[in-house]
Amino acid sequence: MTRIGVNRIGCVGHGLCAELLPERIELDEWGYPIVDREPITADLEGHARRAADACPTLALLLERD
Amino acid sequence: MATLATTVGLPRLLSALADGEMVDLGRHLDAHGAPPSERQLDAGSLVDLVERAGLRGRGGAAFPTATKMRAVRAARGAAIVVANGCESEPISAKDALLLRELPHLVLDGVELAARAVGAGDAVVAFEAPNTAARESLESALSERRAERCDATRITLFAAEERFLSGQETALVSQINGGPARPTFVPPRPTDRGVDRRPTLIQNVETLANLALIARYGADWFRELGTVGETGSRLVTLAGAVEEPGVYEIECGTPLGALFAAAGGLSSALAGVLVGGYFGSWLPAPGIGQLELSDEALARHGAALGCGAIVALPASCCAVAETVRVAIYLATETAGQCGPCVHGTSAIARTLHGVAEGKASPTAFADLERWAAELPGRGACHHPNGLAHFVSTALRTFGPQFSDHARRGPCAACADEPVLTFPQSIAPRT
Repeated sequence: MTRIGVNRIGCVGHGLCAELLPERIELDEWGYPIVDREPITADLEGHARRAADACPTLALLLERD
Repeated sequence: MATLATTVGLPRLLSALADGEMVDLGRHLDAHGAPPSERQLDAGSLVDLVERAGLRGRGGAAFPTATKMRAVRAARGAAIVVANGCESEPISAKDALLLRELPHLVLDGVELAARAVGAGDAVVAFEAPNTAARESLESALSERRAERCDATRITLFAAEERFLSGQETALVSQINGGPARPTFVPPRPTDRGVDRRPTLIQNVETLANLALIARYGADWFRELGTVGETGSRLVTLAGAVEEPGVYEIECGTPLGALFAAAGGLSSALAGVLVGGYFGSWLPAPGIGQLELSDEALARHGAALGCGAIVALPASCCAVAETVRVAIYLATETAGQCGPCVHGTSAIARTLHGVAEGKASPTAFADLERWAAELPGRGACHHPNGLAHFVSTALRTFGPQFSDHARRGPCAACADEPVLTFPQSIAPRT
């Protein structure tokens, strides 16, 4: 099972993740992600991977459990 | 300092206390005897014993000690032990008491923890202003060197006096020469901590319990407490009781019995804060029946945490008390995680506005939203703690907050605070 995680120290709120994966990520009023920890479904895997790769500080994590 | 004389089997940890003096090695051994040697109790047996005793961490997170020990044993590299006596929670005084008056009990625990994980080195950490801890530890260590009961190389470390100083990864960072700030996990300190070595970090009360479990056994330890929460607990009781201080109680003791042991309440109560500044405000009616176990407290959304309890007198302004602590906690953010930096500051600012009668019409809705959004969105639990403290305050003291929002400060707002902070970093409001 894969879930979205965030390295909160690394994240500086660029906000690209919320654009690339709105199904699981929204931004708070300061631009920092609020993450839905529901497992990533098969149809979202590609989007989740692209969102993680696009994060300028590599703070968006795909966590497997 | 006292214990519940009515509970059979107590005191345990505090049984050797000597009128405020440090208990020296002779007196310590008279009270407890020598800990079992390695031949009598080897590393594997010791970890099994700790597991059977059901010992959990006493620093606030209540993590099972044996699980942590096993993680360190399984990690690659030469292990090291850190005794955490930082106790940065301003209300709590139990760890300072242990370090100042019962250093040998803690140091026995350090030696045993080192044996359990095969460590040759250990660090005992306390907050820098706690000079009494340093003096007692230095004196105890020299006694142990003279008596050759010092198998482990133990060094002392004076940590910064900050709220997050005792947070595990922040403490490791400081010992490694870095700032008092949490780091991202993984790696966990059990895998890579001090000098990148597998590091067993245990609160000093946990280690003191380890010293007793090794001597008296798991069954003895479980004679007190509940099935899930074994043994005794040190709690710090502050506020409207006749004799505030550190008490040793059995897990599951009703709060009313603790109040009675402290000479009873000195006034009617506005509410009770359980678990320190990361804890929960609970309403006063019926509070005496509240059992001090995490299982019972969880039904009220609370936890015993570090064991700090404040009985807030009815004459106090709960709003002013809450706002001051919220501002203190907001200023104590490590400043690393965006949601914590912005969220804690927004909560503190908005609460201050409410207390001053200058709140925006959306203030309460904003506070509820931020308190719901913050938890889990930091590298450590700092945002969770502040969010919980504030949301339980709003729930417990709702009418008082509404009154302040409408009318501004009350007559009691300017009274001497009950919830205090270290003077050097006390926020001004």
